[in-house]
Amino acid sequence: MPRKKSRMSQEVNAGSMADIAFLLLIFFLVTTTIASDKGITNVLPPKIDPNQPPPEIDKNERNIFKILINSNDQLLVEDDFRDNTDGLDQEVKEFVMNFGEPDQENIDLFNSLPPVLKAQANRDPESSDHPNEAVVSIKTNRGTSYDLYLEVLDKVKKAYYEIYAERVGLTADEYRALSSRTAAEKELMDRGKENLPMAISIAEPDKGGE
Amino acid sequence: MAKFKKKNKTEENIPTSALPDIIFMLLFFFMVTTVLREQELLVEQKLPQATQLQKLEKKSLISYLFLGKPKNPSVYGTEPRIQANDRLISTGDIIQWVNEEKDKLSEAEREQIYISLKADRDVKMGPVADIQLELREADARKILYASVGKVNQDD
Repeated sequence: MPRKKSRMSQEVNAGSMADIAFLLLIFFLVTTTIASDKGITNVLPPKIDPNQPPPEIDKNERNIFKILINSNDQLLVEDDFRDNTDGLDQEVKEFVMNFGEPDQENIDLFNSLPPVLKAQANRDPESSDHPNEAVVSIKTNRGTSYDLYLEVLDKVKKAYYEIYAERVGLTADEYRALSSRTAAEKELMDRGKENLPMAISIAEPDKGGE
Repeated sequence: MAKFKKKNKTEENIPTSALPDIIFMLLFFFMVTTVLREQELLVEQKLPQATQLQKLEKKSLISYLFLGKPKNPSVYGTEPRIQANDRLISTGDIIQWVNEEKDKLSEAEREQIYISLKADRDVKMGPVADIQLELREADARKILYASVGKVNQDD
């Protein structure tokens, strides 16, 4: 009986397998996008009921931090002209934490704040009474660039997040990364913004100048 | 004298049979972390930059609106247009679109719908404000201005 040949090499040559897998990998890299659901969140005001008269606005002028942007992308911040957004976050922060004329409830709030935030209260009678009254108003023109609008909104958000973060002893980046999935993080998140509402008002833009 | 014989038994070939496995692992990683392009973009998209980015937790609640100059100006003109799903819509269609998107969600989640506005950075505020007004009318008030992170903080 003839003996079986066992000279054949046992291994299959798999050298080109890596190349094939690489091709697949490159195909996926090209055809897919990494999910980028990041951005600046905001909640729009409720719709206007035509049967209801517009609500009375009895806010004091000093409690509104006004940012106007015209169609040439120039800013008017609290009646001061400027052409860039440098330092806007710091001004918003000072405005919100001013505590010019707090009522009893807000004196309690003030006393509960950490020293870092207490130090920021300038108690300027021309600025906001207390954080619950303070509103940051952004008004644009139809011709304002979306880029600048978002930059301003970004700075205002930054001011608020820094306040929240300093309150719980985190950095702003760490605070924003908190999620409501775990109870401990949610508690930290709620403690940061408790009694400090983020009041950003976005007015409807002016017509014209588009 | 003792004879020292150099060992010459080392194989010359590096075994590469594990290489495909490694590449496949990479491939699976990419397949899991990425999504296939769901729709073809009909408008230009260069997202603006921002620093205070937040990530939304529930992806199923997000609906996307794209806003930008049409990529095909000979058909759609040069004015910024709104794209929802696969087609370009006008401002007046937004309410209907929002209701369609809400119908896809379950009863309890319907009011939690998030609109991700992916607007081109060269767009003016006019169309953006129109969209905001329509979204208020449609009662989809949670909005995410999609943007990418700023690379250098000091410009």
